[in-house]
Amino acid sequence: MSGRAWKFGDDISTDLIAAGRYAYLRTNMPELTKHVLEDARDEFRGAVKPGDFVVGGRNFGLGSSREHAPTIIKMAGVSCVAAKSFARIFFRNCINIGLPAVRVDTDRIDEGDELELDLRGGVLRDITKGIELEFPPMPAVMTDILEAGGLVPYLKKNKGFVL
Amino acid sequence: MPQTLAEKLISMHAGKDVKAGKLTVVKVDFAYMQDWTGPLTVDKIHELGGALAKDPNRAAVFIDHASPSSFKEVSTGHIKLREYAKASGCRIFDIGEGVSHLVLGEKVTKPGMLMIGADSHTCQGGSFGAFCTGMGSTDVAAAISTGETWMLCPEAVRVIVSGRLQPGVYAKDVILHLIGRIGADGATYQSLEFMGDTIDGMTQTGRVTISSMAVEAGAKCGLFASDDHTRDWLREHGREGDYTEITHDPDARYVRTIEIDAARLEPMVSFPHTVDNTREITHEDCKDVPVQQCYLGSTTNGYYEDFAAAAAILKGKHIAPGTRLVITPGTKTVYRKMMETGLFEVFLDAGGVINSPGCGACPGSHTGILGDGENCVASINRNFKARMGNPNAFVYLASPATVAASAIAGRLADPRRHI
Ligand code: SF4
Repeated sequence: MSGRAWKFGDDISTDLIAAGRYAYLRTNMPELTKHVLEDARDEFRGAVKPGDFVVGGRNFGLGSSREHAPTIIKMAGVSCVAAKSFARIFFRNCINIGLPAVRVDTDRIDEGDELELDLRGGVLRDITKGIELEFPPMPAVMTDILEAGGLVPYLKKNKGFVL
Repeated sequence: MPQTLAEKLISMHAGKDVKAGKLTVVKVDFAYMQDWTGPLTVDKIHELGGALAKDPNRAAVFIDHASPSSFKEVSTGHIKLREYAKASGCRIFDIGEGVSHLVLGEKVTKPGMLMIGADSHTCQGGSFGAFCTGMGSTDVAAAISTGETWMLCPEAVRVIVSGRLQPGVYAKDVILHLIGRIGADGATYQSLEFMGDTIDGMTQTGRVTISSMAVEAGAKCGLFASDDHTRDWLREHGREGDYTEITHDPDARYVRTIEIDAARLEPMVSFPHTVDNTREITHEDCKDVPVQQCYLGSTTNGYYEDFAAAAAILKGKHIAPGTRLVITPGTKTVYRKMMETGLFEVFLDAGGVINSPGCGACPGSHTGILGDGENCVASINRNFKARMGNPNAFVYLASPATVAASAIAGRLADPRRHI
């Protein structure tokens, strides 16, 4: 998969991704998606294209456990979130809903760069710059969940957790 | 093999010895959802197509975030939760019962348990010597439906707190100090394990404050050994039989040790918009910060002792003109005790307003949303931009005593001048 990079800073909280004041939209995900990342970069929600990448700094997704945050990023068409580091619950939520989240040195990526993800190969390519950013392999259970399309299809297929 | 508390508790639920860094499947003793994450959790349980609840006695639904609700959409979500509770047979704690974690602390959480909740502050239960951590809706759905989850056994950081806290300095100041020191991602994926003579002398309420904020340093859990304070709490809540001893093994392997000299701590304030942006109250930056709203409540400071500390400062005084004081008791039990012991009177005489038990203004959807440009000093646990409902407002975090002193002054103030 490939797309353009949208750059964000450090400490992008789930409040910035899916604000508490829109909690009344949590049972209406398509409407909530219209407010994705609104308090971080207002222009993102109107201009994001299918396949685009969200590129963050440190501690991406800190804060509340709301799975709505990665869900609306995915529903907005984003194909992958790349960051220098992730908050734990957010990272796990991404895997569980089938949204690739990879840890790379995002300082080398600029806004608008064309990116391409090779999940199995453990590489994020910045095509604009002609560089390859490697990320550490995920535990097999996580790749299995991602490739199944999320935890629900994974559990349906395996009838339980297989480690 | 000596084990950290995390290794010990995870091993107990994996049925084998599990070391830090290893993945394992664990049995989940209790799993729960709240009204902001619950409707999605229920959808996922249905999608899974298995049991609505593997064991309904080990699951619960809480309606605490919007309690009562201010939006028709949220109220409709509540209907879905009530229907799920009825169909699955699990317990529901409906409007007015209080914040999930705090209600569980009164009625369910006990040493040796492993709990997960669809709420990041589930880590609060670590104060009981239980492995408790927050997860997303899908993970919690899977745990409720199958009785299991998978997890990585975290590395542990030992936090040794020693010395006597000065009067006017509280558990909240200890945890704000720690987060300021190590950063909002200073313990990501790790287990923070608290010990030392300050911790030994600390009440269960103080430990709750600290463990609830472990996640604000990125930690998976914030763990305490169980001891007489845990037992006292359980006895007070009619559950002494739930006590078991869970202790630190002396030679366990920690990835690092952080020492805190409690006697030197001052009241702390987190400045907008990150929890680790801390200052001591005596810092220059705290000199002239007007506050329009002062807020008491939340998972982190929502038990009786927290409100009593604020009331001791407010007794016989009045809040400053132009400042409002909003109070949200954590649970119905706390609410009743505040009423019976005269705390309501103190707060009302001081000019405060008391809301129904639950999350109140903490998650930013109702009962205390800030206006553009306003400052709020709150006893809650996070101050991210937009947290209290307005991206153009500013949230400062502090102890209940600092909130009370600030309400009287109308700006950030040191509680020690009242003690
Ligand atoms: S009181 Fe605040 S921190 Fe606690 S569960 Fe409610 S919203 Fe979350």
